[in-house]
Order: sequence, then structure tokens, then C-alpha cells
Amino acid sequence: MSTAVRHERRFSERGPVAKSYRGYLARASLLMFATVVIGAYLLPLLYMVTSSLQQPSQSTTPGAPVWPALPQTAVYQGQDYPVYRVPFDGGTRNLILIDKGREESTFVDPTDPAQTPIPWTGHWRTLEQAWTFAPQVDNFTVAWNQLNFPMLLRNTFAIAALSTLGAVLSSTVVAYGFARFRFPGKNALFVVLIATIILPFQVTLLPTYVMFTWLGWNGTWLPLIIPHCFANAYNVFLLRQYFMSIPRELDEAAMIDGAGPFRILRSVIVPQSLAAITAVSLFHFFFAWNDFFVPLLYLAGKPELQPVSIALQQYNALYATQPTLIQASALMTMVVPIVVFLLAQKAFMRGVVITGVEK
Amino acid sequence: MTTQAAGPAAAAQAGTARPARPARGLRPATREALWGFVFIAPWMIGLLLFTAGPMIASLVMSLTNFDLLHADQTKFVGLDNYIRMWSDPTIAASLIATFKFAILAIPLTMGASLGFALLLNHPGLPAKGPLRALVYMPMMIPLVASTLVWMGFLNTDTGWLNGILRSFGLTGPDWINSEVWIYPALSIMGLWGIGNFMLINIAGLQSVPTELYEAAKIDGAGSWTSFRRITIPLMSPVLLYNLVIILIGTFQYFTQAYVMTNGRGDPNNATLFINLVLYNEGFKFNHMGYAAAIAWLLFAIVLVLTLFLFTFARRRVYYAGGER
Repeated sequence: MSTAVRHERRFSERGPVAKSYRGYLARASLLMFATVVIGAYLLPLLYMVTSSLQQPSQSTTPGAPVWPALPQTAVYQGQDYPVYRVPFDGGTRNLILIDKGREESTFVDPTDPAQTPIPWTGHWRTLEQAWTFAPQVDNFTVAWNQLNFPMLLRNTFAIAALSTLGAVLSSTVVAYGFARFRFPGKNALFVVLIATIILPFQVTLLPTYVMFTWLGWNGTWLPLIIPHCFANAYNVFLLRQYFMSIPRELDEAAMIDGAGPFRILRSVIVPQSLAAITAVSLFHFFFAWNDFFVPLLYLAGKPELQPVSIALQQYNALYATQPTLIQASALMTMVVPIVVFLLAQKAFMRGVVITGVEK
Repeated sequence: MTTQAAGPAAAAQAGTARPARPARGLRPATREALWGFVFIAPWMIGLLLFTAGPMIASLVMSLTNFDLLHADQTKFVGLDNYIRMWSDPTIAASLIATFKFAILAIPLTMGASLGFALLLNHPGLPAKGPLRALVYMPMMIPLVASTLVWMGFLNTDTGWLNGILRSFGLTGPDWINSEVWIYPALSIMGLWGIGNFMLINIAGLQSVPTELYEAAKIDGAGSWTSFRRITIPLMSPVLLYNLVIILIGTFQYFTQAYVMTNGRGDPNNATLFINLVLYNEGFKFNHMGYAAAIAWLLFAIVLVLTLFLFTFARRRVYYAGGER
């Protein structure tokens, strides 16, 4: 390398105590930096959670806090009065406003059992309201019922499960064919398979739509399920990669015992590749769970058959003016995928790397 | 158990029609080839039914005035649809919108996915696994839901981003309703989709031999020099792969734009991306022949850009195993 030689003193040259201390400090500050960056990256999720627990009017009320809250009130002589943050020389106190005035108002300390009136000079309108933490769980109940969420979850689950079943079974069989058999044109066919990744789906979209409409499948789940039952490039690639790493000796031993190709697939290959098959199933399940375009084409007019993504979009089109409900429904929509992902994140992330890197 | 007993059950389980059993008297190589075709048959049937067939049909359709409601009045119109695209202001607007978005979103996505990969692959960073999972996690959120969350977050008056800017004394822009700021807004939203690219970058970083860094250090190279002279060249195949996938995704951009404006392409056609035009023409206005032509335009653009990238790559991308 022709770069100018620079001599830098590195902390590793500085003796064991300094090294471990500085190493610890470096690790801690790096972790802190990463946490802050990722915190900022995920901040919209916190926005969603807080908004979904707020009263509709809170976000537009000046002076309202960020957390879900209601204006604080307190009872004085059997009646509800608002509580304000009143500045005094000794600091700010939360007091009940019982008599409003432009020059002077009267307050009562809610903790004072004697309820002695406290006079305060100044315009009461310049005071800030006191807020009390009050999450509005009702938003979830309302959105749940308005969207008919149980039905949506049932639809989404059924569509995703059926199309996953078809995709995984077909992809396993095809990957086995590509991994274990020699046949003429195999390499060319594999290139065609991979090339279908680059083909924009729009090119095949319109004739497919016409075909499904003429078959009478428009407005049913079939266009969302059947096309997936013929293997797809990503799944085949990942599974083939995995199958090829299984020693051929296992196949041969089974063959000597009289097993044919289907039996080898079922009792040798599949049991050895459960990790990869799980990854493919999860990928496909959540691809189908989150899919929007195809359900929009075929199910936009069929509320009773819709998956959650379409219903959520239509709900937003109707209730965009109620952000609290929208955020509550968005949260409900993402709970299942996020929880499953966090439980199975290792399988997910390894699958991404296999398909992405080894091509 | 013999082959005969296992075959039908496995075939039924695999969901494929049971093919004719390869005859017994065949040579082993022929038998093997026949079995190979039996197993890849589901994909080949799918390729004919859902890819090759529709591709040809779509090409033919793009030369007609086909419309699903009046299929009997279909006429061959030659290249009319393609000629019409030239003078269609909607197509021009959509191409401009798509390019504007691509110029901003692609570098941001590439940079952020590499930045996160470098950070979350740093040898000194503890808890790498959970942190990577957190960056990947938004990939799992349905796009409709994440779009709605971001729309709230970026709201001019009540959104948090402008709230944060306000606390620094800055006035945030009207992200969603401005035909200028909508592109940064969509690009920022797109950061929630970097999970795959980040993981692929991490795997790429891990495949760089550490001896190279050590040798460079002995030669006196600083970390920036090592990054530019070792990391980037050795990562270039991975970066190219990501770039191609991101490019294809950008030209198919739909869901976020559709959810934000209910398909109208607001503000002032700034989010009327080419895929949205295709959807409107084909499924709203029932101009299916025209929509098929738009699909081929989209394919042509993606293909030209991909080929350009690969040609460029032949000179600039380093493949450890020699030329591929």
C-alpha cells in the first residue's frame, strides 16, 4: 500500500489497566450511541403508542403534555373545578380554581382539608392547566369494534396460512429438484428462476387479473393463494442452498434401503432442513400478512373477505380526522407480526443473509 | 417400505399432480433427469401460467385498446398506446416524481443500511443481536400501518418531528402536503425498510478477511483509508446487489403513496408514481391496453437501469473469486 505511513499510538499500547478501563468506556459509549440512534429510528412507534392512548382533542390543545393525559379536575363543595399550575414566590402549586377573575382569582389547595381560599393576583387565563396521566384504552375498543377486528384477523390468518402452505410445499419440492437431480437445461432454468426476481410484477399483472376475473375468482381469496402454490424464486433459492449442504451419503443410504426420491425428500431432506423451512414459512406468512396490492385489486369491494391491511387503509380514508383511532388500529395491526418476529428473529435474519449474499 | 408405497402419499402431500412414473428400463441418467423434471414441474407450470403466458398476453394487450368491461370491442391499435405515452402529461409527471424520489431515497437507503451495518458490526459493540433485531423489526410492520404511523409522526402541527424541531427553535416544513418536502418525507419513511439491506451488508462486512485490515494497519492506513480501500471494494458485489433490489423497489413504489392520498397522488401529482398511474389506468379507468403499455415502459426502465448498473459494475465491482 502506498499510503503515507502514520504512527499512531493506540490504547492497546498503554498498559493493561488503562486498556481495560478505556475498553470498557469505549464499549459503553458505543452502546449508548447505538441506543440513541436506534431510539430515534424507532421513535414513531412511541408516537403511535402515546397517540393511541390519548383523547382526540389532546394533540391540538396548546400546552398539553406529550403523554396521554386529561385536564386535571378536583371536587370543591360537591362540584368539579379545573386545576391550574399557579406560580408563587416559593414555586408552582397545583390549585383548584374556584373563582375566576381578570385581576385576582381564588384558589383552593386540594390537599388542604380546611379548604382555605387562596387569593392570587393576575389574569387566570395566563395560567397553565394541570394535567393528569389518563390513558384512553377506549380507543382500542372503539377501533376493534368499528373495524370488526376479529373477522379481519381471521381473514388475514386464513389467507396467509393457506398461501404459506402452498408456497412452502411447492418450493420444497422444486428446490429438491434443483438441489439433487441432474437434467438437461438445469443451469439455464435456474437462471430463469433467479431472473424472475428482477421481473416487475406489473408486467404480468393485467393478463393475470383478466384471467382470474374470467375464471370468476375476482372477489375471492383464490387469486391471493393459488399463484403462490407454484414455488417462488426466493424460497427455492434459500431451500436449495440449504438442501445442497446436506451430505449426499444420507440420500444414498436411504436409497439402498429402497427409498425412492419422494421418500428421500420426506424422510431425509425435510427433517434435516426444518430450520430453513421454518424461515421460508415465516417469510412467506408475513409477506402474505402484510401484502396490500393484490388484496386491493381483488377484495377492495368485499369487506367480509378483506385482510387487515386493506381494511386499515379504508378505515383511514374514512376516519383520518381521528388520529387517535388510526394510531390505535395501526398498533393492533402490527402486534402479531412484531411479536412473532421478536420470538423467531434468529431464523428470520439468517434466512435474509442466505438469500441475499450467497447468490 | 418400498418406493411404490411411499410415492403416492408423498406426491399427494407435495400438492402436485402425480406424474407418470419414469419407466423401469431407462438408463440411470435418464431416470434421474425425469425425476428432476418431475420435481421442478410445479415451478415450470407456474412459470407458464403466471409469468411467461401473462408476459406474452400483456405484450399483445399493450397493442390493443383492451378493456375488461368491453372485451368484445377489442381492436388492434398497433403502437398507439406507446405513442400516446409520449404526450401524456400524467406519464411525464409520474416519471419526474419517480426520478425525484429515487434520487433522494436510493442514496439515503444505501447510506443508512451501510451505516447501520458498520455500527452494528463494530467489534466493540455489546448486544449486537438484539440491536440488529430492533433495526430489522419495522420490516415486519404492515406498510399500511407504518405509513399511518409516519403520517402522524410527520404531521405539520401535531407530529413529533416538527415538535422536536420547534424545541430547537426551528419551524418544521409541511412534510406531507408540500410537493417539495414530500420526497424527503417518503425517503425518511423508507428507512424502516432497510432491514434486509443492513443484514446483507453485515454479512458482506464479515466476509472481508481481517488479515487485510491488519496488513493495512501495519502499512499505516487509518480507519477511513481502510474503509475506502478495503471495505468498499470488497463489499462492492453486495452493495451492487442491494442497489439493484432497491432500484427495482423504488420503481414499483405504490402502497405508501396510495395510503397517504387514497390514490390521488397529492400534493399536485407529486406522489403520482408510475405504478399508481398504472393502477389508475388499468383498474380505475379500465384502460387495460394502455396500462399494459405502461407496465412495459416500467419494465424497460428497470431493465435499462439494471443493465447499466451491471455494465458499470463489470469495471468497478471486485469479485473475490475472479470474474463472474
